[in-house]
Amino acid sequence: MYGNAYIDPDKAPNSLVADEDPVKLAEFEARIAAGEKIEPQDWMPKEYRKQLIRMIEQHAHSEIIGALPEGTWITRAPGFRRKLALMAKVQDEVGHAQLLYSAAETLGKSREQMINDLITGKSKYSNIFNYPAETWADSAVIAWLVDAGAIINQTTNARGSYGPYVRALERICYEESFHLKYGHDNVVHLATGTKKQREMVQAALHRWWPPLMHFFGPADKISVHSEVLMKWKVKMASNDEMRQQFLDMYVPKIWDLELTLPDPELRKDEETGRWIYTEPDWEEFKRVINGDGPCNAERLAVRRMAEEKGRWVRRAILGEKAKYVKPFA
Amino acid sequence: MIKSLDPRITRANINVEDQIQPLQEMDQFQTYEVFHQKKRGQQHVHVGIVHAPNPDMALIYAKEQYARRGETANLWVVPSDQVFATDYLDQDIFTTTEEKHYRDPGTYKVMDRIKAYKERRKQENK
Repeated sequence: MYGNAYIDPDKAPNSLVADEDPVKLAEFEARIAAGEKIEPQDWMPKEYRKQLIRMIEQHAHSEIIGALPEGTWITRAPGFRRKLALMAKVQDEVGHAQLLYSAAETLGKSREQMINDLITGKSKYSNIFNYPAETWADSAVIAWLVDAGAIINQTTNARGSYGPYVRALERICYEESFHLKYGHDNVVHLATGTKKQREMVQAALHRWWPPLMHFFGPADKISVHSEVLMKWKVKMASNDEMRQQFLDMYVPKIWDLELTLPDPELRKDEETGRWIYTEPDWEEFKRVINGDGPCNAERLAVRRMAEEKGRWVRRAILGEKAKYVKPFA
Repeated sequence: MIKSLDPRITRANINVEDQIQPLQEMDQFQTYEVFHQKKRGQQHVHVGIVHAPNPDMALIYAKEQYARRGETANLWVVPSDQVFATDYLDQDIFTTTEEKHYRDPGTYKVMDRIKAYKERRKQENK
């Protein structure tokens, strides 16, 4: 479950390719233009490596942290079947983090470094997980719509240029199709149920709408930075393009259930085919992603507790002769 | 007021301010490459890696990670440092393979020759 990689639009792009070997760079770009994938052993520009590590790492952290708001509902899931399904979903998400950490490792950053950057707050993760899941209906809305957004992002990125990331995403998308169906089933169950159940899902939808609108990140400013990342097939679509796709696929399904969304401006412009909406509060987004959200502190605290409590076990089973080499693919 | 909706916070009673010592090298173990066989009779296919302290644990993690959906007949794990590979820079050593048409069955067109021979014989016998 993941939105879009967050690049601060106000941050100046680095020199990018200024000191790269022009011959190697041309070969690299020609390979990507021809639709071929880049593998870990290939030469690549420093900026390509850096941006991919940042992006895949953020994605991995989002899977781990994303399991927390839903995980809190395992003990309180209504019924045994839903409890089993939610446990499977949460376990999938943690597995996705493993796949993504592995992909990032092939670029030369160790898993220990990535986890350290997460628990000290240096690395970002998807901002939406800094909000609490107040009722069971919240967990249903997350499973349906947050996963829907994540699938849009992930199928888009699966067309990217870096082999290990593409392979991980293909497996992830395959598993997440169950999450989407499971989430939709839960939302529909509540929306077609009693008056109380409808109120619950309606309230959850209103709570999650602003973070869902934030999910794909701020509107892209056209910059040298994003142009190069598009050319290298690191970034495959703009934040706004993905947000439009999300609105187009899911708003009609929400309205079809006679549920409302808390944006009076929200409608599709039939002439342009684009959705019109009230611009979400990007100041809040910035504030929360930089640490000041309702759940940032506790999410990282839970993560730190897990690392610390498992540490003696990992140390006890580590073989003396063990050594780390960068994984192959 | 409820402090948190997360039972790990409310029951384990952890302090959200507490920091921990950073993870050290090898905290997450070495890696194993995982090969997955879907059905008996099919090839094992490389599907990714797992981090594990030994082969037994690697097989357990491989099952959790790569046999979560669909069929599985068998799994292999191999320490990543025991894989030896060709270099992508030498990829051109494979390029002539496809040019060797004399190894393609489709390039042998005997029927054309037989037909032409029979046609010629017919003309000769007239």
